[in-house]
Amino acid sequence: MKTLPCLLSLVSLLAFTFTMHAENLAVTGGTVYTVSGAPLHNGVVLIRDGKIEAVGPAATTKIPAGYRTLSAAVVTPGIIDAHATVGLSGILNQPQDQDQLEKSASFQPELRAIDAYNARDPLVAWVRSFGVTTVNTGHAPGALASGQTMIVKMLGRTADEDVVNPAAMTSAALGQNGLTGRDAVPGRSGEPAAKAPGTRAKAVAMLRAELIKAQEYAKKREGKDEAKRPGRDLKYETILRAFTGEQPLLVNAQHQQDILSAIRVAKEFGLKIILDGCADAPLVLAEIKASGFPVILHPTMARSFEDAENLSVETAAKLRAAGIPFTLQSGFEAYVPKTRVVLFEAAIAASNGLGFDAALASVTLDAAKILGIATRTGSLDAGKDADLALYDGDPFEYTSHCTGTIINGQMFADGLH
Amino acid sequence: MFPRILGRCGLLAALTVPLAAQENPVAFTNAQIVPIVGAPIERGVLVVQHGKILAVGPMASVKIPADTEIHDATGKVLMPGLIDSHSHIGAGSGGDGSGPIQPDARVLDSIDVRDPSIRKAQAGGLTTVNVMPGSGHLISGQTLYLKLRDARTIDDLLIKLPDGTNAGGLKMANGTNSIRAAPFPGTRAKSASLVREQYVKAQEYRDKIKRAKGDAEKMPPRDLALEELVEVLDGKRIVQEHTHRADDILTALRLSKEFGYKIVLHHVSEGWKVADEIAAAHAACSVIMIDSPGGKLEAREADWRTPAILEKAGVLVGLHTDDPICDSRRFLRSAGFAVRAGMTRQGALEGVTLANAKILGLENRVGSLEPGKDADFILLSGDPLSVYSHVEQTWVEGRKIFDLSRPEDHLYAVGGPGAGDPRRAHLCCFTSAWDLIAAANGADQ
Repeated sequence: MKTLPCLLSLVSLLAFTFTMHAENLAVTGGTVYTVSGAPLHNGVVLIRDGKIEAVGPAATTKIPAGYRTLSAAVVTPGIIDAHATVGLSGILNQPQDQDQLEKSASFQPELRAIDAYNARDPLVAWVRSFGVTTVNTGHAPGALASGQTMIVKMLGRTADEDVVNPAAMTSAALGQNGLTGRDAVPGRSGEPAAKAPGTRAKAVAMLRAELIKAQEYAKKREGKDEAKRPGRDLKYETILRAFTGEQPLLVNAQHQQDILSAIRVAKEFGLKIILDGCADAPLVLAEIKASGFPVILHPTMARSFEDAENLSVETAAKLRAAGIPFTLQSGFEAYVPKTRVVLFEAAIAASNGLGFDAALASVTLDAAKILGIATRTGSLDAGKDADLALYDGDPFEYTSHCTGTIINGQMFADGLH
Repeated sequence: MFPRILGRCGLLAALTVPLAAQENPVAFTNAQIVPIVGAPIERGVLVVQHGKILAVGPMASVKIPADTEIHDATGKVLMPGLIDSHSHIGAGSGGDGSGPIQPDARVLDSIDVRDPSIRKAQAGGLTTVNVMPGSGHLISGQTLYLKLRDARTIDDLLIKLPDGTNAGGLKMANGTNSIRAAPFPGTRAKSASLVREQYVKAQEYRDKIKRAKGDAEKMPPRDLALEELVEVLDGKRIVQEHTHRADDILTALRLSKEFGYKIVLHHVSEGWKVADEIAAAHAACSVIMIDSPGGKLEAREADWRTPAILEKAGVLVGLHTDDPICDSRRFLRSAGFAVRAGMTRQGALEGVTLANAKILGLENRVGSLEPGKDADFILLSGDPLSVYSHVEQTWVEGRKIFDLSRPEDHLYAVGGPGAGDPRRAHLCCFTSAWDLIAAANGADQ
């Protein structure tokens, strides 16, 4: 009895060393959910050089010689978490491993996630152990503009090796989360916080002012007289990419008036934004739908504190019924659990009106589309990255296990979670 | 507007219908019954009356009295009401920042029975809950066992012991939570030293009382803090100790052995490392299941296999929500995760029912479906350990306190406008209707 726990912990610690590099694989599944098409019963996914080579029925798909065969009851595309802080908000929750929020100033879009992401934090391997392969992670909602996010594969090597998009979005927050001037801000306690904004109207006023400065900066940079052009400003360069759409603003807004403020400002300036959180979404479905902006919904099981008082486990189903593009997220947690697992958030959405298929799509292909990576991942189609999750039963069931996670063709067995 | 109006109607229905049901037996027929004690019954019936279970068994063998009100529960799963051995619903509090040892603080004096967390716990199928003060003290105060009846005041929720006192335990904590600036301890050894000092005082206080032999002149001055610790020393009150790290668990066991008090270890993140020692000490464990390890140093090596490993070592294992850490509405999820990590299905189901009843010393009243026990049960739409199942009804002592089909109950089950705000869509808004109902039903129920 004494040796068993020790052995178990040893296995957990050595999980990294058991990982294998990309090899040619044949993954057979009792049910293979391609997500882009109908599920295959007794299907097989062939993987070559880190890419999906073919997907088809086991009966008619010939497994080439030299391919290692893996089997699972259920095979899905790798799970995508559209908004997290994993790798920045470390497992220990001590000052030395919390880099998701810098509160000295309220508007710092120039802070890059890639300069902080710790691929070796144990929570990276933790979320991977449930089939999560790709995460949009970075600066947490907690300031008017807290910094950037990056899209990264959960390979656990280094930020530079694992990154998919180093500058995916810029994290902004309206409502309580963005009001650094108030005391109740998530993040480190005792840290100096910017005094403004302290109210909702002030936050939007400051955002407008920064957007105007960015526009003026762009104009001056294009000025004919080279000598009069201003020096490079990385803050405004970042913001300008929200005007072109290449790096949208991820605007955290839970209350309906904050959601509407976000839409109003975006329309006024022609910004591309993605709405984040949106606990009050059911109150303003028509307005969100009309805006055309997608939603990265709060964690289904988030606590209904403060601005999130109106959140509901049925909101995902309502967004779908309204035809609003959405995905789910693990979000940011200041205490425990230090990270949520987006698979579990999808499970609760599935059982509260969204249903299995839409819930699985929301954390695979729908997430990939919103993150702009659908040509690379999100479904099981030939040519895409070999990102797969293997389960011994319904992935959403409490008692099922993820038996393996494949990222870029590399198999991880992080322990039978 | 709608919750206000519907709420009034709902509350009226909630109290009047079950009262009528008290007179005749009520039976739930054709249900799949998980009695916890005994094997699951495929097509079973549960008969309740006067707040107690009259009979439970297969349809073929249970004789249903003639005047029974029948509820057809075909397709439903019926099991005992869930018991949570560690929760903070009701927005209660214990000791303050003035010192690390405050056994005289009673969570009783702080609970808001109109806080939405209680309605949400009812929606999760919880019927008995140990509500505790926080873990920021070595001794943060007295806990309180609640029955989640429909309540107007805290008195409506109390569980009375045969001697008329309120059932509850004593909350203790070790490790880093109670290590703070002075007058709190700064180290683990100091923490243990302060606790030891206090129990020595309690022993001496008890000796003085004994020596006085009832002579009022010789009695020591009353000390409510020491009186509570004497209850602990006498085995009348169980210590429920927040403890994570393996060495902290052993320290908690050491002190309990030294002073001979009964202890239940709570959270036990590293319990998997010292399962044999816990078993040898005959201490029960109340384990939390968190979505990820970490969040604090002591929970770095928290492991979902803890309940399974403790179970295998022969330890009595309950599970808890620590609400709001885990949501009461997802309590069965903790049992599901325990099974995922190797616990037996029976052990996990007991972990949210009978094991917790034993941990609280209430196993003669609650925790299983057996004749004579309280009629506390839930109706589920399917397998209790499936994510797709929903708690459809919760009954406490023969009264329905939650019904998913009622709009205001549905709101508490899934969330939505107002459900998280004690100042909205809550009992405060229904005071006049509530008074009306209370008057109709007898004010002291």
